[in-house]
Amino acid sequence: MTAAEVTEAPAAGLGTRLPRKEDAPLLTGESRFVDDLAIPGALWLGMVRSPFAHARIGGIDTSAALAVPGVRHVFTGADLRDGWAAAMPCAWPVTEDMKAADHWPVADGKACYVGDIVAVVVADSRYAAADGVDAVVVDYDPLEAVVDLEDAAGDRVVIHDALGTNQSYTWTLAPDPDAVERAFEEAAHVVGERYVQQRLIPVAMEPRGVAAVPSVYGGDLTVYSATQIPHILKVMIAATCGVPESKVRVIAPSVGGGFGSKLNVYAEEFIAVALARRLGVPTRWTEGRSENAVATIQGRGQIQDIELAADADGKLTAVRVRLLADMGAYMQLVTPGIPLLGAFLYGGVYDVPAYSFECTGVFTTKTPTDAYRGAGRPEATYAIERAMESLAREVGVDAAEIRRRNYIPADRFPYDSASGLTYDSGNYGPTLDRALELVGYDDRRAEQQRRRDAGDTKHLGIGIATYVEMCGLAPSRVLASLNYAAGGWEAATVRVLPTGTVQVVSGTTPHGQGHETSWSQIVADKLGVDPASVEVLHSDTAVSAIGMDTYGSRSLAVGGVAVDMATDQVIERARRIAAHQLECAEDDLELADGGLRVKGTPTKAMTLQEVAFEAFSAHNLPDGLEPNLVGQVTYDPPNFVFPFGTHVAVVEIDEETGMVELVDYAAVDDCGVQVNPMIVEGQLHGGIVQGAAQALWEEAVYDDDGQLRNPSLTDYCVPSAAEVPSIKLDHTETPSPTNPLGVKGIGEAGTIVSTPTVVNAIVDALAPFGVTDITMPATPERVWSAIGEARSAQEGAS
Amino acid sequence: MIPAAFDYQRAASVDEAVGLLGEHGDDAKLLAGGHSLLPLMRLRLAAPAVLVDIGRLEDLSYVRSADGQVRIGALCRHHDLATSDEVREQVPLLAHVAGQIGDPQVRHRGTIGGSIAHGDPASDLPAALLALRSTLVARGPGGEREIPADEMFTGFLETALGPDEVLTEIRVPAVGSAPWGFQKFVRRAQDWAIVGAAAVLGNGNSGGPGVGLVNMGATPLRAAGVEEALRGGASPGDAAARADEGTEPTDDLNASAEYRRHLARVLVRRALESAGA
Amino acid sequence: MNISLSVNGQERSADVEPRTLLVHHLRDDLGLTGTNIGCDTSSCGACTVLMDGESVKSCTVLAVQADGHDILTIEGLAATAGATGDGAAEDRLHPVQRAFHEQHGLQCGYCTPGMVMAAVSLLAENPHPTETEVRLGLEGNLCRCTGYHNIVRAVLAAAGELPAEEVSA
Repeated sequence: MTAAEVTEAPAAGLGTRLPRKEDAPLLTGESRFVDDLAIPGALWLGMVRSPFAHARIGGIDTSAALAVPGVRHVFTGADLRDGWAAAMPCAWPVTEDMKAADHWPVADGKACYVGDIVAVVVADSRYAAADGVDAVVVDYDPLEAVVDLEDAAGDRVVIHDALGTNQSYTWTLAPDPDAVERAFEEAAHVVGERYVQQRLIPVAMEPRGVAAVPSVYGGDLTVYSATQIPHILKVMIAATCGVPESKVRVIAPSVGGGFGSKLNVYAEEFIAVALARRLGVPTRWTEGRSENAVATIQGRGQIQDIELAADADGKLTAVRVRLLADMGAYMQLVTPGIPLLGAFLYGGVYDVPAYSFECTGVFTTKTPTDAYRGAGRPEATYAIERAMESLAREVGVDAAEIRRRNYIPADRFPYDSASGLTYDSGNYGPTLDRALELVGYDDRRAEQQRRRDAGDTKHLGIGIATYVEMCGLAPSRVLASLNYAAGGWEAATVRVLPTGTVQVVSGTTPHGQGHETSWSQIVADKLGVDPASVEVLHSDTAVSAIGMDTYGSRSLAVGGVAVDMATDQVIERARRIAAHQLECAEDDLELADGGLRVKGTPTKAMTLQEVAFEAFSAHNLPDGLEPNLVGQVTYDPPNFVFPFGTHVAVVEIDEETGMVELVDYAAVDDCGVQVNPMIVEGQLHGGIVQGAAQALWEEAVYDDDGQLRNPSLTDYCVPSAAEVPSIKLDHTETPSPTNPLGVKGIGEAGTIVSTPTVVNAIVDALAPFGVTDITMPATPERVWSAIGEARSAQEGAS
Repeated sequence: MIPAAFDYQRAASVDEAVGLLGEHGDDAKLLAGGHSLLPLMRLRLAAPAVLVDIGRLEDLSYVRSADGQVRIGALCRHHDLATSDEVREQVPLLAHVAGQIGDPQVRHRGTIGGSIAHGDPASDLPAALLALRSTLVARGPGGEREIPADEMFTGFLETALGPDEVLTEIRVPAVGSAPWGFQKFVRRAQDWAIVGAAAVLGNGNSGGPGVGLVNMGATPLRAAGVEEALRGGASPGDAAARADEGTEPTDDLNASAEYRRHLARVLVRRALESAGA
Repeated sequence: MNISLSVNGQERSADVEPRTLLVHHLRDDLGLTGTNIGCDTSSCGACTVLMDGESVKSCTVLAVQADGHDILTIEGLAATAGATGDGAAEDRLHPVQRAFHEQHGLQCGYCTPGMVMAAVSLLAENPHPTETEVRLGLEGNLCRCTGYHNIVRAVLAAAGELPAEEVSA
């Protein structure tokens, strides 16, 4: 299918910059996040956390805590141990022989990272809970911390005795190892690079929170959680706490961002449920920010070795990758699978004939890692896009030119990659051309040279990166082949109610993405109704009973498509009812003016409301037709979708201080058909700054004792408006042929590509000094040191 | 996240505050804007048993010119300093520095007196006050005394203020149009300075050129070597080369000591250059 | 200790523990949960409210310090612009709120109340800021969703400083 065929009838409504329906309650303080909920009689939980990275837990003296006014109970791991039906879940055991220690909500016997919960205080107020936590005295016997990844892999200190090793698994993707060997033997150019993906703290602005409200006599339980995944959480509460799933209702109220950090099921959620059931009263907990830094998953944490083989022209012949991935102390929900989400993409946007990848997952005594915006794909994109710059230097061509020589040609799509993916559609060159144009590439290069010639101490650098990513997580069969425990479908229901208002129930669970607006646009567009009349329900398992939730840039490409298909079912049903009522053939009916009418006879028509009323009154329906006007779809796509684009960054570096200023940024992205370009742009703006933050500002810094040195936002440098420029955006549109909307995900793209874009710009600026690499984040001191070291090396050589 | 409990006493006058401090001794802390103390208390890095709130003493919030000096009440907020016409005209360095502290919300609450009494080497105002050869006025049980800024900062988060003394006024020479410069090196606009440098030159400043350093040791510091070089007629570059003389900057999360020394030299030079030295 | 504040134009008296933070007093005692808490170090600005017309971080003000002062929270903002009545929700917003809506200056909405209040204070002090002044004026407010691009545009739009051709773009 070509692009033209898919887009020949772009429906009105899609592509509209409709301001969001979600906004007014959020702008006025009317929305309710978990901590905003009034829950009469709730007891507050406070978590006593290990201050040591690795320690045996001796006695726990709770007497002083119990004497604190307002403190009701203190529970230790031993107190709670018998109450769990199962250890906390890991849904992605990537290999059959993966090693993982049981992970209990409250540690019992041993703490394995700073932040591991060792006791729980239950109190009348959040203030009393905090006082109680301070008063619990734990007798720790500290053990040696395991911080460095390579040290951890060497098993000098083994963290989980029962496993006998810190190496959890080695996962290999090598479709044709001989071809890779051969390509490297025959290569005219080989580059080998090592990159470190520092650990990042996701910092959703709303910290996590949970409240569990039991019905003591009814036996059921309502859980409010700041989660991206209410449906998955419901299943996992059933499994871990031993509650029948039918008795659990999970509600994600307004949720203040997630970025993967709330794509998880956490100890505090299980503890709140267990204690609410045990005590017969509601329990609640709200995370503090510095607590969040150790208690919520972190992202990245990899050492990457990447080698490229190329012919004399710089045309790639093979890519070979070896990773060490930091799991942290335990496996969280999908911890081991994160590197696999990048495993297929280290060839990037390039036509790579031979490919191999291997990853070893290693335990350390640090907070577990898991999905963080992009999850595996930013790491892959970083490695290939940095390494391509090395190849450009090796071959002696411009950074743009090395890419043009290697892009998968537009006429090769759908493209079967050597890693085993089928890229659905793509056309990379135009995104590079346009992005270069947006920053004034030639002028910037001239200015860069002018400054270098003049001996200016403010150096310009221009960085380029092109990406493709696989998202829209689905299809279920592919996930099965990766040993992922769940499916990748999404559910949607579209109902026209008797009054004619339209109700959409979605299995996706937005927390900033604007699904209420976008899904309304999809439905309104098809039905010819006002988007304002479409109501979208979600994020409550009693309302939206089945769903696979929101992560992995999947909501539109899977859930949005399900909404679109369910709308088709509604139209189909309406057509049967209207044809029966109007006494015509179904084929004679056309959709117009928010209803159905007989072609050529506009007076013979029914509004959607009239059809709905007939459907539900059921006085005169076609024989055999059930009385409703409802469409219901569970959609499992045949493939991932593959958005792509090129970003260009311009930085200015102060040679004297090492300060890097991001002065210009242009992005040209292609996510196929856009439902709401305003929302697409918003996703890109935020994603770009989040990825740039990895390049310039953010790192979870651990010392040798496994202490997180910068848990607060004073020290963990999330950038503000003052540190970043406005962003220039443009797009191309190459629809995905795998779904009827032609859409691709865009939630993670900005983050996936902006990190290498910015770092390439820094390295480009420092080229005159002979600098070819910089450790992330590129702090002023690191840049200053890199310049100094490169100068010393040059002086030593001359 | 949540401070430990404490007794709260609201002082109706400076003398009452002095009395309350005398009564509670080391257990008591003064509360003005709270922007130095409350963050520490929320992380439970500080847990005073008694807070004596002087934040309502409106007679400590003023800017007055007299005898070639600008007299600033200790409760003058950073925002007040930054926007005061009098300060902008008479001591433009101080107005500029106050406008660089923290963020707008912090500047709406934080006070000059609180900033000085906290004695944080990473604070911006003390370095400027050192450069300006300011005088601090404290009131205790025995009455009022003057403390030269040079004698104020005695150790990390320690000052010359007695346990029962209240800082009431800051006296700054009205240097008017004397050339000045300020450089603050941060990764993010809202951050504490990794290193900062404040300079004031020319005849208006009694005692000659003044250069203060932010975060170059346990206390706010004067760059004595730079001042000496400037008095001897050195160029900004040559004078700034002595910026780290006698300093003992820390190695921490934000910077190594070596880098801080380097930054001090660069920032002092830039401050001097921007002042037109 | 008994304190009395004017909150969104209403006198509110309460007994509070001296250590009660203003933000907890607003949220837990007065039920005004629009003001959010995003950090524990006065860094993120999610808890920004106006105290006597100026932005402050309500996590770093004790409720007892606010005794006798005027507090404006996000819940009371629209009314200050006289924006009431029964029109569409978007028509009943303060101009800064409306600009955030029109320019897509919010996504998850958690930083939004603090960001809006900081912007209101900024515009009160500087009614016609440049882009740089807006960015510096919001240095104390962190957002993880928007990359600030549309927040800055919203503040400029509210000030009438966004070029006309960009207002609807």
